[in-house]
Amino acid sequence: MYAYDEIDRTLVNERVLEFRDQVQRRLSGELTEDEFKMLRLQNGVYLQLHAYMFRVAIPYGTLASNQLRALAHVARKYDRGYGHFTTRQNIQFNWIKLSDLPDALADLAEVGIHAMQTSGNNMRNVTSDQWAGVAPGEIEDPRIWSELIRQHTTLHPEFSFLPRKFKIAITASDHDRAAIKVHDIGLKLIKNEKGETGFEVLVGGGLGRTPFIGKTIKHFVHGRDLLSYIEAILRVYNQYGRRDNIYKARIKILVHELGIEKFSREVEEEWQHIRNSSLQIDDEVIEDIRSRFIYPAYEKLPHMPDELRQAAADPDFEAWRKNSVAPHKVQGYSIVTISLKPIGAPPGDATAEQMDALADLADKYSFGEIRVGHEQNLALPHVAKRDLPALWKALDKLGLATPNVNLITDIIACPGLDYCSLANARSIPIAQELTRRFANHELANLIGRLHINISGCINACGHHHVGHIGILGVEKNGEEVYQITIGGRADENAALGNLIGPGVKFDEVADVVEDIVEAYLALRERPDELFMDTVKRLGVEPFKERVYATR
Amino acid sequence: MTSPLQQKLKIAGPSVVTANRTWDGVVVYRTAAKGWSVELTDAAIVRNSDEAKALLAEAVADDVGAIGPYIAPVQVDDAGKILPGNLREQIRRDGVTIDLPV
Repeated sequence: MYAYDEIDRTLVNERVLEFRDQVQRRLSGELTEDEFKMLRLQNGVYLQLHAYMFRVAIPYGTLASNQLRALAHVARKYDRGYGHFTTRQNIQFNWIKLSDLPDALADLAEVGIHAMQTSGNNMRNVTSDQWAGVAPGEIEDPRIWSELIRQHTTLHPEFSFLPRKFKIAITASDHDRAAIKVHDIGLKLIKNEKGETGFEVLVGGGLGRTPFIGKTIKHFVHGRDLLSYIEAILRVYNQYGRRDNIYKARIKILVHELGIEKFSREVEEEWQHIRNSSLQIDDEVIEDIRSRFIYPAYEKLPHMPDELRQAAADPDFEAWRKNSVAPHKVQGYSIVTISLKPIGAPPGDATAEQMDALADLADKYSFGEIRVGHEQNLALPHVAKRDLPALWKALDKLGLATPNVNLITDIIACPGLDYCSLANARSIPIAQELTRRFANHELANLIGRLHINISGCINACGHHHVGHIGILGVEKNGEEVYQITIGGRADENAALGNLIGPGVKFDEVADVVEDIVEAYLALRERPDELFMDTVKRLGVEPFKERVYATR
Repeated sequence: MTSPLQQKLKIAGPSVVTANRTWDGVVVYRTAAKGWSVELTDAAIVRNSDEAKALLAEAVADDVGAIGPYIAPVQVDDAGKILPGNLREQIRRDGVTIDLPV
């Protein structure tokens, strides 16, 4: 956990007072909606179909148990008893009243949570690997650098009115769990030949209407130069990014139109002006941030405790352990992913009761720490292996032990037309039906790793472009129609999916996915050839034939 | 952004003006009595672009009462009951099409 200092606490509290005044002036009519809109967006407040939506930041996906309880409190007191974890390590509340928002923000501020820059044309929540700091083989904890960027860019006047929103993600592992290649800037922590910490910097990735995979702009930027290099990128973007057309305003369009070589030359030139300025980071600054991350006092524990050996006789426990428990960098400990994808439920939602209970379990079994992943699941990052059987029983009682992590029912879905004012089609009911179709865990395990991502419009909040199977809802002649792609992925080998054919109707989507899966099972060379590998080997055609032969 | 009043309004059939109530965001409909109602059945019906523009102008002027007003299509059945004209408006009237996770 990161411990905020007095500056952070003052900033968050003053922001609440400022927003309380703004809301009061809006409700009295002193501010018009045109005047107020940007102010509310900069505090994470959108207007959706039925109500305001309130998006709260969870920086780099790390939550303390008291913070999760505060989110449960907001869900219970000001909303309808649940929250929705998003694909950018935020949480959203869908039914909040504008008049209640200042109180909700004040309650969250007591535990150091805020909603600054969760919307608007500024630097959004800096995201990271949900296993940061505990994943074996990691270069070092990427959250230290995430926090550095968070501090530097929060309310930074130069980056508060960018041409469009701007998203940064950081990973420090070879396997990318932070989807860095589909962010405006993706950072991969690496070491150079001297053993110094630095970053491979990618730029211009993104999804939405015009998807691009990020391109490497610099193979190694030393850690001390990280802020100046990012700032150089942002300055070039701020100068040349289009403000006349919202659909062409993201940095990915600028990088595409200029070309990565010209763009990188512009950045390099800008960087030379500011590289040796006050933006150069002293080691003491990094060490100060590092010192404010409080790491657990791990015990010396055996690799295979008796409790785990005995529990292995229970097939249900074993199914969950094999699916949801991952190796930890410290012997005797595990990382536990908590699926927020129970069969038939909206992906990523958690009730206030579940959040409270998870906070208690985090205190009991995970040093009071919870993580949020971009796949809309949670994780307990420090669970002693001896505690796994007890934790599993407790999670099962809460409906949070579905052993489907990374399987076909672990679906990413945006809120879609059920909530979102931008959506053209529903996402959640599609996800619910698909989880029912593939509810059998033996079947899901037989299929193996397969990610389905669903978006209810071209803005792609459900990351459909990078789903192994991607589903995009559009509206055609007043009806919901869904376009299906296959072959996308969001990891270190990120790729955009390819369309398999004409769109299909709402009630045909699950049938089409079943056809695709049946084709895969028939076409794969061996049981451990994953869906993505079969698609890569054979291309779209065999799947297309299977889906459209009878349609 | 173009003001709703400056946008070309094409009315293909009976329509209403709908928005979200400012203080709580609840879906509301503009009534003939120059107010807002949470019931679609209370909504004022417009049938041509001049009527629509006039009703929208009146709604936009009430910036404190509701935000984001726009023209939405409706259907009027034989008994005169007003029904949503598309899925989006149906969801706005009836709520989400899923069970809430509580």
